[in-house]
Amino acid sequence: MEISFRDLITVLHGMGFGALFMLAFSGAIGVIYATAAAGADSPIARQSKTMFRFYLISMALLAWLTVLSGAYIIYPWYRAAVPPGVTDLSGYPRALLLSSPRTAGWHELGMEWKEHIAWFTPIAMTMVAYVFIKYGPQLALHRQMRNAVLGFTAVAFFATAVAGGFGAFLNKYAPVRGGHDIVLFRQD
Amino acid sequence: MSNPIRLHNGPGAAAILSAGIGAGALGLFALAADAFAAVRRVLLIWPPSGPLSGVTTAAILVWLVAWVVLSRRWATRDVSLARVNLVAFALLALGLLLTFPPFMDLLQGK
Repeated sequence: MEISFRDLITVLHGMGFGALFMLAFSGAIGVIYATAAAGADSPIARQSKTMFRFYLISMALLAWLTVLSGAYIIYPWYRAAVPPGVTDLSGYPRALLLSSPRTAGWHELGMEWKEHIAWFTPIAMTMVAYVFIKYGPQLALHRQMRNAVLGFTAVAFFATAVAGGFGAFLNKYAPVRGGHDIVLFRQD
Repeated sequence: MSNPIRLHNGPGAAAILSAGIGAGALGLFALAADAFAAVRRVLLIWPPSGPLSGVTTAAILVWLVAWVVLSRRWATRDVSLARVNLVAFALLALGLLLTFPPFMDLLQGK
């Protein structure tokens, strides 16, 4: 059982960072809401503060790792120019998608939306983590701030869902493949 | 149990508004890179990733500079969060719209 190096990095980007981040979203909403609802005097809020801070900082870091690995490692493989004379486009996903009107939309809408919208997430989640660390249970005293934080978190969820969803489809129609093969399991 | 000192909302408002400014900047840079070849060339700071490298780097710089400036101005102040939220979410919506390819194409008459 083998996997190419580029496949492995793409899986790490999508499933390792992106999907883990998506899974953490409902927890983030719960953390922010519960902390704000408990109020500054709540012993639960004080005890859980460190864990909640770690949770939101981890989410922000995962968001940055996802967009940075996507934009600077995988995207260059995706948009690589086709050398003259090459007719097999399987190693050039962008060119492969654009070669047919039936698949061009996956690039023109899917990738062009995904490559930009994904960046709203780390910006939003960095802000959310900062505000949470700065105010914590005091968010109960700043309702509008809490609402803004929850709103940005919801938008970050939407942005990640769009980027992740299109990422999955793009990788289905024009997978990013190549590099040396890595043997995961050898069957004798 | 003692009541904690209520923190000023300025630092939080600065973080929220600067995130909105960063989101709006991302949309504007993405549109500019798509519409104008000269902007696209300027934003090509790492060719393997194309103009995306410059679009996102420029937006992040705008976001961080806005955050630093607003944080310093509002460090010990209370500001109108209703107004800050309105502007921040308007900029966020602008950024989301401008990065949506059909809307981007509509603006350029494609």
